[in-house]
Amino acid sequence: MTFLPYALAAWIFIVGLYGVVTSRHFVHLVICLGIAQSSTYVLLLAIGYRTGKKAPIFTSGVPARVGAVDPVVQALTLTDIVVGVTVAALLLALAIDIWKRAGTVDPDQIRKDRR
Amino acid sequence: MSRRGRLILFGTSAGVFGAILVWGLTGLPAFGGFNGEYGQIVNGVAGRERHVTNVVAAIVFDYRGFDTLGEEFILFGAVMGVALLLREARDDRERPRDEVRSDAVRAVGLAMVGPTVVFGLFIVAHGYLTPGGGFQGGIALASALVLLYASGRYRAFRAASPQELVDFTEGIGAGGYAVVGIASLLAGSLYLQNFVGLGTKDTLAAGGTIALLNAATALAVAAGMTLLCHEFLEEVMYPE
Amino acid sequence: MIPLQIVTLALVALGALAVVTTHDPLRQTLVTGLYGLALAVLFVVLQAPDVALSEIVVSSVATPFILLTALAKMQGRRRK
Repeated sequence: MTFLPYALAAWIFIVGLYGVVTSRHFVHLVICLGIAQSSTYVLLLAIGYRTGKKAPIFTSGVPARVGAVDPVVQALTLTDIVVGVTVAALLLALAIDIWKRAGTVDPDQIRKDRR
Repeated sequence: MSRRGRLILFGTSAGVFGAILVWGLTGLPAFGGFNGEYGQIVNGVAGRERHVTNVVAAIVFDYRGFDTLGEEFILFGAVMGVALLLREARDDRERPRDEVRSDAVRAVGLAMVGPTVVFGLFIVAHGYLTPGGGFQGGIALASALVLLYASGRYRAFRAASPQELVDFTEGIGAGGYAVVGIASLLAGSLYLQNFVGLGTKDTLAAGGTIALLNAATALAVAAGMTLLCHEFLEEVMYPE
Repeated sequence: MIPLQIVTLALVALGALAVVTTHDPLRQTLVTGLYGLALAVLFVVLQAPDVALSEIVVSSVATPFILLTALAKMQGRRRK
C-alpha cells in the first residue's frame, strides 16, 4: 500500500507517453507531453513526504516541534511547473508555425506529404 | 512505419520500460519514511539564518539560488523563442475593435481586475513569509491582464500593456536576478550570497537578498506570461 | 496511508487516463483544467502548499489560455 504513489508516477508517465505516440493532433501531443511531465512532480513530492509532519512554513504561532516534510523537493517542483507551461507555449508556437506551412495539424499527414 | 507497427513497438518497449521502472522504484524508502538530512537541517536553521518563515522560498532564492537563475533563463529563452516564431510587424492602427457584448460578463469581469492585481501583488510580496513567491504571483498578475481581454476589449488589453514596456520589464526581471548576484560579488562575498542586512524576522523587511530576487522573478514571470499572451492573441486577432 | 490520500491518488490516475483518451483538443482543454485541479488537491494532501498554489495558477489560467488561442488559430485547413 505504501508503494501506491510511486506506482502512480510510473502509471502517469506511461499513459502520457502512450498519448504522445498515438496522437493525431499537435495540441493533443503537447498536452500529453505535459501529462508525462506531471508524473515527475508526483514522484518528487511523494519522495519528500514524511508521515505526520506538516508543511515547511513556520509562521509565528505554529510550533516548530511538529516537524516538517522535506522542503528541497518542493523547491524543485514549484519552479518546474511554471517553466513547464512556458515550454509548452513554445511547442504550441511551433505547432502554429507548422500549421501555417503545411496546412495540417496531423503529425502522420506531414510525414506523408514529404514523400 | 505504419501506425499499427508503431503501436506494437510502443507496447513492447513500454512494457519492458514500465517493468524496469517499477522495479527501480521499489528501491526507494517507503512512502512517508524519507530521512534525507539536507531537508531536515535546512528546516532547522532557515528561520534563524535568514529570518524568513517560508523555508521553500528560502531554498529557492537563497540556498539554491543558482538553480533558480538557470530556471529563469529557461523561461526567458522560451519566451524569446515564441517571440521569434510568431512576432510580425503589424499595423497598430488596424487593431480589431472587438467587444464583449454581455453586460454581466463585462461587469463582473472588469470589477475583478483590480482585486486580482492586488491579490497578485500580495502573493508576490509575502512570498517569503507565507506560501507564495515570485513565480506564483507573477502569473497571477498576468492573469489580471488576460481578464481585461476576456471580459472587455482587445484594445484595452493592448493599451494596458504596451509592447515596449513588457519587453523592457522582461529584460529587467531576468537581468536583475543576475545583477543582484554581481552586486553581491562587488560587495566582497560569493555570487548570489546575501550581503544586505537580514532585518527582523516575520516582517516584510526580512530576508535580505531574498526579497530582491523575489521581486525580480515576479517581474520576469509576469512580463514573460504577458508577452506570450500578446503573441498568441495577435495570431488569433489578425487572421491572414 | 489515510483514505484521503488513497482517494486523491485514484482521482489523479483516472484524470490522467481521461486526458489522454480525449481526442478532441477542445474537450481535452477542459479535462486538462480538471486534471490540474486534482493534482493541486494531491499536492495539498502531500503538505506542499507552495507547489499547489503554483499548479492552481498555472492550470487554471495559463494553460487553457494558450491552448484555446492556439486552437482558435488552427481551425480547418489553410488555403495554401
